[in-house]
Amino acid sequence: MKKRPLQTITKKVLIADDEPNIVISLKFLMEHCGYTVRVARNGEEALQQTEIFKPDLILLDVMLPLRNGFDVCRKIRENAALQATKIIMLTAKGHEAEIAKGYALGADVYVTKPFGTKELLEQVKRLLSESA
Amino acid sequence: MLPGWVIIVTSFAYLGILFAIAYYGDKRADAGRSIIANPYVYSLSLGVYATAWTFYGSVGRAASNGVGFLPIYLGPTLMIALWWLVMRKIIRISKVNRITSLADFIGSRYGKSALLAGLASVIAVVGIVPYISLQLKAVSTSFTILLQYPQIIMPIKLGAVPVLSDTALYVALLLAAFTILFGTRHLDASERHEGMVAAIAFESLVKLLAFLAVGFFVTFGIYNGFADIFTRAAANPKLQPLLTPLDGVAGSYGSWVWLTILSMFAIMFLPRQFQVSVVENVDENHLNKAIWLFPLYMLAINIFVLPMAFGGLMHFPKGIVDADTFVLTVPMAERQQGLALLVFIGGLSAATGMVIVETIALSTMLCNDLVMPVLLRMKMLRLTERKDLSSLLLGIRRGAIVLVLLLGYGYFRLAGEAYALVSIGLVSFAAVAQFAPVILGGIFWKGGTRMGALAGLSIGFLIWSYTLLLPAFAKSGWLPISFLDQGPFGIALMKPQQLFGLAGLDEITHAMIWSMLCNIGVYVGVSLKSRPSAIEQAQATLFVDVFKQTGESGGSRFWRGTASVPELHALLGRFLGRERADEAFASYARQRRLGSINEIKADAALVNFAETLLAGAIGAASARVMVASVVEEEPLGIDEVMNILDETSQVIAYSHKLEQKSQELEIATAELRAANERLKELDKLKDDFVSTVSHELRTPLTSIRALSEILHGHPQLDISERSKYLNIIVKESERLTRLINDVLDLSKIESGSVEWNITEVDLKGVIEDAVSATSQLFKENNARLELKLSENVPVICADRDRLMQVVINMLSNAVKFCDRKAGLVSIRLRQIAQLLRVDVHDNGPGISPGDQHIVFEKFRQAGDTLTEKPQGTGLGLTISRHIIEHFNGKLWVESEIGKGATFSFSLPLKTGSYSPIPGHELNLET
Repeated sequence: MKKRPLQTITKKVLIADDEPNIVISLKFLMEHCGYTVRVARNGEEALQQTEIFKPDLILLDVMLPLRNGFDVCRKIRENAALQATKIIMLTAKGHEAEIAKGYALGADVYVTKPFGTKELLEQVKRLLSESA
Repeated sequence: MLPGWVIIVTSFAYLGILFAIAYYGDKRADAGRSIIANPYVYSLSLGVYATAWTFYGSVGRAASNGVGFLPIYLGPTLMIALWWLVMRKIIRISKVNRITSLADFIGSRYGKSALLAGLASVIAVVGIVPYISLQLKAVSTSFTILLQYPQIIMPIKLGAVPVLSDTALYVALLLAAFTILFGTRHLDASERHEGMVAAIAFESLVKLLAFLAVGFFVTFGIYNGFADIFTRAAANPKLQPLLTPLDGVAGSYGSWVWLTILSMFAIMFLPRQFQVSVVENVDENHLNKAIWLFPLYMLAINIFVLPMAFGGLMHFPKGIVDADTFVLTVPMAERQQGLALLVFIGGLSAATGMVIVETIALSTMLCNDLVMPVLLRMKMLRLTERKDLSSLLLGIRRGAIVLVLLLGYGYFRLAGEAYALVSIGLVSFAAVAQFAPVILGGIFWKGGTRMGALAGLSIGFLIWSYTLLLPAFAKSGWLPISFLDQGPFGIALMKPQQLFGLAGLDEITHAMIWSMLCNIGVYVGVSLKSRPSAIEQAQATLFVDVFKQTGESGGSRFWRGTASVPELHALLGRFLGRERADEAFASYARQRRLGSINEIKADAALVNFAETLLAGAIGAASARVMVASVVEEEPLGIDEVMNILDETSQVIAYSHKLEQKSQELEIATAELRAANERLKELDKLKDDFVSTVSHELRTPLTSIRALSEILHGHPQLDISERSKYLNIIVKESERLTRLINDVLDLSKIESGSVEWNITEVDLKGVIEDAVSATSQLFKENNARLELKLSENVPVICADRDRLMQVVINMLSNAVKFCDRKAGLVSIRLRQIAQLLRVDVHDNGPGISPGDQHIVFEKFRQAGDTLTEKPQGTGLGLTISRHIIEHFNGKLWVESEIGKGATFSFSLPLKTGSYSPIPGHELNLET
């Protein structure tokens, strides 16, 4: 799949996950909806990309190497310039305590792996329409 | 000139101050705000131990014996260390049983025996009279000397003065009057003498001050400090022997030891010491402070003794001035009028303190334990029917005080010149030492009986009289001197100072050896032979087990009978006064939560209460007689007493068992708690594991589900993309399967439920098979494999498939991590001593030392996670290590960053108890 040319109205999505196969599927889904996509393989990269790329939405895995998803989420929420960024946290750990922690740190939606593609896309669209 | 009237007026002024203090102390006590209820006053009141004998006599003894004066003060210091053990018990017993004197204590312990208490009183009076005479001698001598100021003239032989112009007589009468004022001012005879104790504590301060003042004056005023005096004394050939202790002077080691023991007993059993330390004690916790304060007082009052002795000896020509008077005569010779007067007051203080307390103690004994029991038994006096006996009690005590002091004066006239000050004191010490066996035995040994105590005390007293008292009379000319030289009737064996040929000892040591030997021997011997009566058994238990008893129930356990409340009330009223009796009954009713006196029941507890209260006034023995006269008592047989005691000991045993059980329970609880903690920890580990496993399972599932849904929802995808996604789905499914297998495998191994298939294994063959199983993997990764396998390694007993699993895991790990472009893995097998060792080396990036232990943890993988996740479950090394350790081997890693990693394992040739299953055995002989 080829990237579409940058358009001002195109929404930007950052995928932050270290599982290559999950990245492949997420990337397919996002690009298919017409979003501009970038990928980060670890927490540090995710933070850098957020500042450079300024995505409208981040699909953020919790168990990231170097800096975990919770940490990334908190850092983003601390940065006033990035307040508009929507964050969907993805995790393979389904504990309720973890979910609560994610929301407390400022995640907009918390999605447990394995996720249904339809439901995930619905959440993504809803959040992006809010930010429009 | 120092006119006589100045001395007399000063003395009276001083006594007036004392009396004012005593009066104030009594007032405060009546108001319920005691001034003596503090440990410092208690400790100072113990200072009554230091009498005129200490004040004047120590210097005298030091002048003839050097440090020979010390044991008298060492003994108490040693003894007081044991007080928490001994004295606390005596105090507790005395409080519980309302003991009023030493004789009362002894009588009460041995079955409330009036006879024993009477004997003890007699011994105390006879033994102490010389000591009182000593105080009289000291006061009158110092007065006579001071009158001559500034001349120093030794008084003429004291006994030669006509009685009526003898200062000592007037001193005695004055002290008697003063003691009556102090000790028997109260109509209520049973209370403590708070005012007197306050005055005694004050006197202790005064005599210490006076002694330190004169000591300071001699040491630093006349001479230039301690060093100067001792240097000069050492230079003086006559004084030099005094500086070498225990050597060449009269105080040999033996007498040093005996003097120490004597004074150890004296500090406890002198009637005045018993009075201040036990009877007048307000709170037994005061002992805590007294235990170090009193020795400190002893040290302070002794510090200047030697300097003053040497100072005096160097000051006066030999033999002119009695060394016993140095304390007074040295300041006089130096024309220190004020200091001399202060010394006289100090000496007076020491003497009056001793005389007051001692005579009060003795008069209580004489009254309660000697006179009253006799009077009460005389039916014709009809004393038991008289309405009010308290004035009679006081009358008897006052009479006793006068009698004791006159006896003291009498002894002073008769035998006062026979000994020096110190020796007279020691004679008294030896007398009270006779109490030691029956008292100490009585509070620690239940076996001591009334007969034993009577016999022991009697023989000890007889020997004391014969070896110490009679010789004093003989020396004074009241007995023929041949009595000493040749023995009575010329029987040499009976010579009082060399009894049965025991010669070569000083008289005190000699008397102590014989009296103590016989006293203790007879006390123990007769006690063991005689059968104690019921009441003796009961009292023995009450005394010895005093700390095990609670409340007032102690004495009442051993009483049974019928009584009437009004009669008991009337009885108490006769001795204590009606008012006090009313008060006592009212407080008894309050304690038992009864509405009024009328509700009190005449039971054993009441009888015991009345008897104890009465004992406080007239002593245990008399109280018993009196109570028995108004109640009908059923005598308890010895068997019944034993039964009561048995019950008590059973209760004690039960409670002991209970205590033990509760302790065991506590331990068990602690163990359970620990086990629970451990379980919780294990539970948490399990939770962590389950959570990690679920995470690991969800990850491949996520890809599978998402890609499947994509394929399903996008049928228009081109074929290459479709097959790419399908390929991923297959790979992730395989990963899922591997993971499930590994988790199951690990849980089986960890729980120990694996069936090990043990055979003889050729490790070289295993490696070769593993190499061929992984050859495809090597091809895919373009990696080369080097084999360095020793030939002829011995076989070992193990599970072949499991070892293969380990080697495959190591090889596939090595492939995964070796260099991407020119991958090289080498595997090596060799025998090192009794071990087979396998090393798998790769030329990958290596593992940092910090990560080397992590690779063996579950689900942990080291590697370049920045780029791509290594494949694998993260359980392979954990499982491999379990397998190798099962066969007593080791699995480890060695690595340096940039130089690749080497994973190795070693197995012992004998892998433990795992022998080949029969039937699978190879025939090794072929």
